Amino acid sequence: MRTIVIEPEYEAWRTAARLLLAQSVKPDEVLWSDDPQEASLFVSGDPAAKQPAAEVIKVPSAFMDMARSAAAHTDSKRWALLYRLLWRLTLGGERHLLSMATDRDVRQMQDWFKAVGRDIHKMHAFVRFRLVGVDADTAREQFVAWFEPDHRIVRLATPFFQKRFAGMDWSILTPYMCAHWDGERLHFTSGVPRSSAPDEDALDDLWRTYYRNIFNPARVKISAMQSEMPKKYWKNLPEAPLIAGLIAESAGRVQGMLETEERPAKPAPNNAYLKSLHEMNQSNPAKSTEESDKS
Amino acid sequence: MDITRKLEILADAAKYDASCASSGAARKDSRGSTGVGSTGGSGICHSYTPDGRCVSLLKVLMTNACLYDCHYCINRRSSNVTRARFTPGEVVKLTLDFYKRNYIEGLFLSSGIIRSADYTMELVIEVARKLREEHHFRGYIHLKTIPEASQALIALAGRYADRISINVELPTQQGLNTLAPEKNLARTEEAMGHIRGKIDERYGEKRKPDAPKPPPFATGQSTQMLVGADVSTDATILGCADKLYTTHRLRRVYYSAFSPIPEPSSILPLKAPPLIREHRLYQADWLLRFYDFKVEEIASASAPNLDLALDPKLSWALRNRETFPVDVNKAPREMLLRIPGLGVRNVERIMSARRYTGLRLADLIRLRLQMKKLLPFIVTADHHPARLGLDSDSLRARFLPPPEQLELNFDAPPEPAANDFLSVRSGEL
Repeated sequence: MRTIVIEPEYEAWRTAARLLLAQSVKPDEVLWSDDPQEASLFVSGDPAAKQPAAEVIKVPSAFMDMARSAAAHTDSKRWALLYRLLWRLTLGGERHLLSMATDRDVRQMQDWFKAVGRDIHKMHAFVRFRLVGVDADTAREQFVAWFEPDHRIVRLATPFFQKRFAGMDWSILTPYMCAHWDGERLHFTSGVPRSSAPDEDALDDLWRTYYRNIFNPARVKISAMQSEMPKKYWKNLPEAPLIAGLIAESAGRVQGMLETEERPAKPAPNNAYLKSLHEMNQSNPAKSTEESDKS
Repeated sequence: MDITRKLEILADAAKYDASCASSGAARKDSRGSTGVGSTGGSGICHSYTPDGRCVSLLKVLMTNACLYDCHYCINRRSSNVTRARFTPGEVVKLTLDFYKRNYIEGLFLSSGIIRSADYTMELVIEVARKLREEHHFRGYIHLKTIPEASQALIALAGRYADRISINVELPTQQGLNTLAPEKNLARTEEAMGHIRGKIDERYGEKRKPDAPKPPPFATGQSTQMLVGADVSTDATILGCADKLYTTHRLRRVYYSAFSPIPEPSSILPLKAPPLIREHRLYQADWLLRFYDFKVEEIASASAPNLDLALDPKLSWALRNRETFPVDVNKAPREMLLRIPGLGVRNVERIMSARRYTGLRLADLIRLRLQMKKLLPFIVTADHHPARLGLDSDSLRARFLPPPEQLELNFDAPPEPAANDFLSVRSGEL
């Protein structure tokens, strides 16, 4: 038995907003609520009570695209602000509004859009799949990952994984919604606790070996690392437990390099290719492209 | 030698290559295949190490054995470092295993040069061929190429790779003669020219409509220059970069401040340049590529090195005060781009908003611009900077780091702050 969540979110807002707009309901006449316990989305009257206006109101597609992402933000004021923007863009007569990054409402939507975009990007970066088995019938490898997004981005972020990991089965579990891919269909179920996901993968040790050795102790820049990989993500990254140790030992490692005796140059080995290189270099050592272009 | 030990040695050997870019590839993905992999979006940094560098690709060498004797390099033949060599199958397995766990989004494969350029190139290509043809891998592949390798092999490398690169390492042949006696700048540039030809052939628009489509090829090439290993000035380094951008249309030039290595050479005594110099070069590089600056405006014969205390755009503005103040409501795009603290994206925002409204300071504050930096250089509907002293001697001092910080770092200038790095990545200067 599996639970299927019907959680249209943005689509529900869009349907309601279209209806309200068709009836010329002003933004300050609507109260929007995120709370599913409330019987209706609307506290101030039922929109179906009035007849929709006949005319079709055109909305710039750039706005709808941006609103779709901004709607994934967890700020409870988002539905009201998106409707206010929709109103201003259409019935309010401010058709150029999206060109005004200096407008308070536009700026707020852009901020949400940006925060959601960053959250999606970090999900693409920091999900770590763990191999849990191989399907006996299809021989496809099966992976499970755990991620804790800041916003409601699972639907927006997972088509990327479908394209990238088409050849394997995977599930990405989060506290509010899970996504599953079986080679044919991407579908969503409700959230699960952290304990539902595996903690380790047999490859994590090899990955940590790589991480430890690609780090250059001679150029420690901790703030640069943390601005892009904030600490809140560390608990789900298998490489993060190495960070403190790498920083602590870096100064000693550099000191060791500085104290190492300098190595003298060794003579060139007897190698035909090397000889041909040296001959080429000596026959025309200072040739530059400008000169060769002129000739 | 087991795979863990090999990975230790061959990742350690590869870390001095700064490039980690995985963007700019042609769009492709694994849908409808039994494999994995996709490219074409903006690059993804899957992790960060405490050196502030991103980890997006599995960056390893095929082998760290090398015939060459480049004195800044830990893998040179005179180094006593432990040598190891992957088989192509081992690199293929590591790449796929790491990729499927979403640790990385591709492979950056390079190699020490063994036997000959062609022999080494063939080893590197074999990994890419296996990944693409046997495992249907559609993730990002960056292959390092060797200028002296045959044209046919470079064409083959480009067919499997999304990006190929050749490192110039130093901007002058004199520098190479001393520190990398096997390397030759002219041959490197010649090879870059050939690669550019292949890229143009594949992606250029000049092809006749009925002409057959040229074979697949990497969408771009890049290179790396070492900073501080020789006496080259910033003007020489930026001049070389500018030439590579214009002549061979490189996607990126990476600057890598020389840092101490575990196997120091007697020919190249260890004296690391301040990391801030590398940072300023990246900022200058953005000015060349996206802000229409000329090299001579940033680093000239009379002042060949960048000011380490101030970013190069601010530094230029302070040297060219007669250009300011600039009216953000009237100035053309190219002048807006010259205003310190105003990046490309905000220039676009200003240009589109000012069609509908006269911009005031409150509007700029809402764009979250760096007002302290901006104010002396701009005019808005409600602001004129005259009284802030555009002509005053104290203007430079206004932007310098706090004096106590300068004292602490008398020999080594301060590390750039975290948002400095952000500005370099996003190019907002």
